[in-house]
Amino acid sequence: MYKLTHLKELESESIYVLREVAAQFERPAILFSGGKDSIVVTYLAYKAFYPAKIPFPLVHIDTGHNFQETLDYRDALVKKLGVQLIVGSVQESIDTGRVKEEKGYNASRNRLQTTTLLDTIEKYKFDACIGGARRDEEKARAKERFFSHRDEFGQWNPKNQRPELWNNFNGKKNMGEHFRVFPISNWTEMDVWQYIYAEKIELPSLYFTHERRCFYRDGQWLAAEPCMTLKPTEEVVTRRVRCRTIGDITCTGLTISEANNLEDIINEIAATRVTERGGRADDKRSETAMEDRKKEGYF
Amino acid sequence: MNTNGYLDMELLRFTTAGSVDDGKSTLIGRLLYDSKSIFEDQLEAVKQASESRGNEEMNLALLTDGLRAEREQGITIDVAYRYFATPKRKFIIADTPGHIQYTRNMVTGASTADLAIILIDARNGVVEQTVRHSYISSLLGIPYITVCINKMDLVDFDEKRFDEIRGRYLEMAEKLCIQAEILFIPISAKYGDNVVEKSGNMLWYKGGSLMNLLETVSINHKSGNEDEPMRLPVQYVIRPISNKFPDYRGYAGRMAGGILRVGDTVIIHPSGITSKVKAIMQAEKPLDMAHTPESVAVLLEDDIDISRGDLIVGMGGRQPEVTQTISMMCCWFNPEAMQLGKRYIVKSSVAETVGMVKKIDYKIDVSTLGHISNVENLQMNDIARITLRTANPMVLDNYADNRTTGSLILIDPDSFETVGAGMVTSTSH
Repeated sequence: MYKLTHLKELESESIYVLREVAAQFERPAILFSGGKDSIVVTYLAYKAFYPAKIPFPLVHIDTGHNFQETLDYRDALVKKLGVQLIVGSVQESIDTGRVKEEKGYNASRNRLQTTTLLDTIEKYKFDACIGGARRDEEKARAKERFFSHRDEFGQWNPKNQRPELWNNFNGKKNMGEHFRVFPISNWTEMDVWQYIYAEKIELPSLYFTHERRCFYRDGQWLAAEPCMTLKPTEEVVTRRVRCRTIGDITCTGLTISEANNLEDIINEIAATRVTERGGRADDKRSETAMEDRKKEGYF
Repeated sequence: MNTNGYLDMELLRFTTAGSVDDGKSTLIGRLLYDSKSIFEDQLEAVKQASESRGNEEMNLALLTDGLRAEREQGITIDVAYRYFATPKRKFIIADTPGHIQYTRNMVTGASTADLAIILIDARNGVVEQTVRHSYISSLLGIPYITVCINKMDLVDFDEKRFDEIRGRYLEMAEKLCIQAEILFIPISAKYGDNVVEKSGNMLWYKGGSLMNLLETVSINHKSGNEDEPMRLPVQYVIRPISNKFPDYRGYAGRMAGGILRVGDTVIIHPSGITSKVKAIMQAEKPLDMAHTPESVAVLLEDDIDISRGDLIVGMGGRQPEVTQTISMMCCWFNPEAMQLGKRYIVKSSVAETVGMVKKIDYKIDVSTLGHISNVENLQMNDIARITLRTANPMVLDNYADNRTTGSLILIDPDSFETVGAGMVTSTSH
């Protein structure tokens, strides 16, 4: 007797969405952060078009504050898949005066990424940017469409979204506008981990336990890397940690954990009582921080 | 932990429609809370937000109403998707606002649902809103309707009151010709009676709790069966043109009905050419057969011209219509009224053409469900039966037979917004 499991159904839906992107757009790209969600999206794209190569480049917006492990993983993956890599550099945006660096202890380049991202979209004339965002991540994302329209300024208008029925996606747009597409909208954090486990997808070593120099701030552990400015009261210690989500160094909270394989990680997540974005400093800035950044053109 | 148990779950999509005061938010909050799907930081954020708004009790609606405007105005504007899981199943809730001016959101949420939860206040019984929600659920072809008769605590958990409402509902359902399987549960969302656990206050009720129903209702309708006509809309043609695969042509698509096997003879519409299935691929893995709703790539024995928008169909069973005249139930989504004679882009899941509305046969009065004739145009949230004429033939089933190949959207050719949705009622005329 055939059994349609939740992972099969979600995988099939995501592959359908990725093929729609290839069919409806001229210059799509995958926004690749090196985190598990964009890794899963890239893996699904590999499956969707096999034996042809993925018909989109990977675009990485590099804040200049990335973990070295993320960059190594990215370069190896690009080589393995034979796809093009395009890097948009936030450092370059700062150097050319497009954006100003934040100051202070909580300075982050998270928000500056938006300008670099929109400049990169403009430069390469991308008309669809595929991302790994999920609706269960955050309350503003819960209202997001699979095919999400952006105006010529790259902005999202949550009050006037196109109705999205059945699996009928409308990717039509005027010149200069583009779409953000979220193939794994309906996946939860647990689904992503289960899928990685079931499909044996390789991940950056940061997701597994390792020794790291870190410090404690505002209820979470952060990596003591050169880009972080420590307050006089903060002390660097060595802990066994892993990342539950990976952003750039300034906004990635570390979890004290001994989990060194996928089964352990799945168990850990099944038992946890905080959301994965609970460790993200960028979401704590206000009640609607995500919606505000998304309106401006954030991922 | 048994990791494999987690890998083997099923997925149920359901929709809830209702307004603030009928207890919908409380019900969803309870399902999420009691299944431990609300995390501590989310709960803390909702507590803080409730307090800063001066709400005495924790306002669970703040969990689902994520947009700034919604939180400021205390209303739900859009469909919100919520996720939770029990050890048996995973669930996706499409939570939609229930007011009449949000009919379009309700239609959107209902389009992908396997089950609809309809809430009735036990004190008020079947009201206009109940009728409207039931009609929309039925129109969108949701296979199960679960009627939760809520606030039973306010009618002394009275069996007679429950039976009375049940009787009234069934009468209405018969009048509306609702095809869905209908089930009734007496609940109190506020106190949790029959929501997750069986209630001790209503021993006269012999059925299971709502959660029990959600966990056990059959979802076999999703994966297609032998008797169902096979449908595979072609989305994309995979052509690697590499040394290793010089002649590979994979017709990629998501199964939209029945089962496809290697060796099956198939017809490709609209051309009507037949061929045989040489292979079915799921990435590098060859399959003997593909089930609905799997995404696959199909290789055929013959070298024929197939492109996006074509429909691969099984030889046996009902055939789709290839037609330029379409009768359909249409829900209008846009502030700009639908105009007779204006050109719209007509899009099925993978095919598109241009079309013109020739006639509005009648409009539905969504309060009384009566038919209104002699209508000139359709306003936002209107539902009507219309006749459409398209520039090129479309390959379609009736919506009642297939929700994917029997549905269309209308797109404005200037703004490119999705302005309407259609459910095909008859393709011949």
